[in-house]
Amino acid sequence: MAASTATTGNVVTLSTAAETAQLQPLQRSRAVLNPLLITGFVIVGLVAAFTLIYPLVSPWHPSDPNFAEPTFAPSSWAHPLGTDNFGRDTLTRLAYGGRIDLVIAFAATFVTLVIGGLLGLLSGYYGGWFDSLMMRLVDFTLTMPYLVLVIAIVAILGPGTWNIVYAIWIVGWVAYARIVRAETLVARRLEYVEAARVVGMDERRVMLRHILPNVVSAALVFAMADMVLNILVTSSLSFLGLGVQPPNPEWGVMVAEARDFFLRDWRLMTYPGLAVLIVGAGFGLIGDGLAQALRPKG
Amino acid sequence: MTGYILRRLVFMVPVLFLITLFIFFLVRFVPGDPAAIMLGTRASEENIAELRAYLKMDEPYWVQYGVFMRNLASGDLGDSIRQRRPVTDILAERFPPTLFLVGFATVLAVLISAPLAAVAALNRGTWIDQTVRVFALLSLAMPAYWVGMMLLQIFAVKLQIFPVAGYGEGFFGHLDSLFLPAMSLALAVSSILVRSLRNSIIETMGADYVRTARAKGISGSNVFIWHVLRNSSMATATILAVNLTFLIGGTTIVETIFAVPGLGQLIVKAIFDRDYPIIQGITLAIGVLVLFINLVTDLSYAVLDPRVRF
Repeated sequence: MAASTATTGNVVTLSTAAETAQLQPLQRSRAVLNPLLITGFVIVGLVAAFTLIYPLVSPWHPSDPNFAEPTFAPSSWAHPLGTDNFGRDTLTRLAYGGRIDLVIAFAATFVTLVIGGLLGLLSGYYGGWFDSLMMRLVDFTLTMPYLVLVIAIVAILGPGTWNIVYAIWIVGWVAYARIVRAETLVARRLEYVEAARVVGMDERRVMLRHILPNVVSAALVFAMADMVLNILVTSSLSFLGLGVQPPNPEWGVMVAEARDFFLRDWRLMTYPGLAVLIVGAGFGLIGDGLAQALRPKG
Repeated sequence: MTGYILRRLVFMVPVLFLITLFIFFLVRFVPGDPAAIMLGTRASEENIAELRAYLKMDEPYWVQYGVFMRNLASGDLGDSIRQRRPVTDILAERFPPTLFLVGFATVLAVLISAPLAAVAALNRGTWIDQTVRVFALLSLAMPAYWVGMMLLQIFAVKLQIFPVAGYGEGFFGHLDSLFLPAMSLALAVSSILVRSLRNSIIETMGADYVRTARAKGISGSNVFIWHVLRNSSMATATILAVNLTFLIGGTTIVETIFAVPGLGQLIVKAIFDRDYPIIQGITLAIGVLVLFINLVTDLSYAVLDPRVRF
């Protein structure tokens, strides 16, 4: 029954590409670049380069009001995307804002990937009480909406940019632990893993050298979807006023600030949203491309 | 069947336990005196001392947790700092709009996704399939707050087709007021729904019973509607249930944008007010709601699909 296997017990499953695809170990499928992967990398690379380089060359300040410049200016050579209600250059603000979003999302995703992955590996390899504890934590975290959990934790830590990262660290590792644990349960029964153990290799070596390469693919594919999710969470919380604080630029903050001026100038709200959309689609493409590249052929 | 339900209810216990533990420590991890925090900044010294004694604050954590659970069992979640009313009363008022919004968004998501998925699956590999794929990719990355704000500005402020804010009066008033917020949520979920449903339809189209139906001479469209779609509906129910938490999380944003008087808007307000009893109450309410809906979903398989036996 394809449908009923999706919810086993009361463990709610996240639906991602990593769930259904039986993925290949990373090392065996090197250099399989496909169009999805290339397009994704190009998009993400261009956006990252823009947020890194443009602030260096732009003559404008990202947050100080500039009353020497016209407000709501149309596009020009001086202001390629025009200016906002304070005469600030929109393109410059987009670059600085994107920098924050990308750094936050990367910091959040990378740490949860490593910690969640290792805990999932230990949990799947050793089983026992540690595994039971892990799985109860997984049940709990997947029962609560991610955004609500992050918001509740930000409520304790107080609004702030890095507090969003800490909140994501606290809840985000669980998804990786679950994916890697499931893969580890399969991988530890593979013959060469048994063989390595029989030969007398120590457990750490078996785990890191023989199991990890098998289980990391699924986690990496999920990490790409998670990057999109974390960019959305960071900018959503900032939009709500719980993250990056005005006048500092951030994509969610820019959308929130543009709300009073939409009828006057619709571009102020449109550009930051498009920025999230473009970079999110880029990571989505990388995820799809990875899943395709790592899927066994035939 | 009864045994299965009982087993599922027992499975819920550890998760419920963790939820209560989480909200118990939520307030105790905030820097400062939890009693002072629960009573807000204007509380007098006597009031704080009284609450400390009532909650046995000077006892070890496990005693405090026992008191907390005893209060919880009798439906006492404390009083809201801001509104000076029992949290349970406030939750009861705020629950219906959120439930309506989530239900409405679910219906819209199915109405958007099912035709797209069916068309994509029937034209697998063609430009139509690719277009649907691009739609799914973009809707995954589309921020709900942005879609919500754009819909609000265009359809409510400029064109004035829909109300700008609120919940409306009566069933049709709700429909009218919640259309734009539900649409923002539905678009965000439909990316996952379209993808999974497309794959599920393609899988079902290759099944033996579909080939048999075709071999019997049943027309293509009848096979598709009565054999393929009916079987794919199970997958849809699963995916919807799985992404329910995602939908509920999204209500925090769209309810804030459209000023819907629901739980999502309340929790965001409560954070700014540092109204911790409210944050505790909403977290608990949402956790219990999700557990309950998951149970109902699993049970509904038995109704949707007679092959499923527990």
